[in-house]
Amino acid sequence: MSSIYRTLARGTLRDIALACLAVWFIGLSYGAIAVASGFPLWFPAAQSVLVLAGASEFLFIGIVAAGGNPIAAALAGLLVNSRHLTYGLALPDITGPDMTTTGPGRIWRRLLASHVMNDETVVFALAQEDLPRKRAAYWTCGLGVLLCWPAGAVLGALIGGAIGNTNAFGLDAMFPAVILALIMPALRDRVTVRAALAGAAIALAATPFLPAGLPVLLALAGVLVVVASQRAASQRAASRGTAP
Amino acid sequence: MKDPTLVVAGMLALSAGTFAFRFSGPVLRQRISFPPWAERLLEAAAVVLLAALVATTALTQGHGFAGLARPGGVLVGGVLAWRKAPFLVVVLAAAATTAVLRLLGVP
Repeated sequence: MSSIYRTLARGTLRDIALACLAVWFIGLSYGAIAVASGFPLWFPAAQSVLVLAGASEFLFIGIVAAGGNPIAAALAGLLVNSRHLTYGLALPDITGPDMTTTGPGRIWRRLLASHVMNDETVVFALAQEDLPRKRAAYWTCGLGVLLCWPAGAVLGALIGGAIGNTNAFGLDAMFPAVILALIMPALRDRVTVRAALAGAAIALAATPFLPAGLPVLLALAGVLVVVASQRAASQRAASRGTAP
Repeated sequence: MKDPTLVVAGMLALSAGTFAFRFSGPVLRQRISFPPWAERLLEAAAVVLLAALVATTALTQGHGFAGLARPGGVLVGGVLAWRKAPFLVVVLAAAATTAVLRLLGVP
């Protein structure tokens, strides 16, 4: 750990700590909401450690609580989590072989590194300049989230069970606000925001008629906006190419 | 919780699949590369899914409208996020707005 402190700038460590605090806080609302939706305490506790991906866990709990099929809920969660595949493709070799460890320890290390990959760890790792700093930021944030998310979930489930009506504290507004804050940087792109609005409109229009979980999947049709813009861009490029 | 076995099976499937995504990204990176348009599309697909999740969880409850208090809070959080307020401020402001609106009798 001491080498991590020497490697990372103090500002970065503070930002990582704040992000972990936010994760802990969202964990509180997650645990409280899960218990309020009728799940026993051990469920959000187990899910927070095993899945370790907030948005998909909220989605899973939401669909099942609304009477949806758990397998459909898992598929919806997997679709949301498929972004982790692109994270792994975008990151330099952080989770890969590390010269300082050898033998079976290396395999466990690699498995653990994969498991702690999430939105926050990837953002912090990408922001660092060189590979040692990327690795240090990745591990610090990743282990921080691995501790804070389940800890928050368990405490939230205990509190939620005790206070009963969590809606009175506005906890149900927290989750959409969290996700909105996470995607806000991506929404500054014009094409992406149009696709997102189209998807959201489709999901809202479908909600009264379809079983829980399906409207969100149907929203994927919003991606066609991006396809259309890519095609228009390539056509423009082509017509420029043939112009005298 | 209805049918606990099926719910736990769903949760285990979600965790196994998520781990597979996390593990295979770095492995695939060493072997193949996606064309830029495919990467752009995957990235947009994740944002679209999450945006739909925001819209449905903010505005609907079951098959109907969720009332005004919750979307009101999310709207305040969204504006703060747009203005680049810190994450914790965004989340707490959203919850506080909704709680105050409910206290005032807004559904």
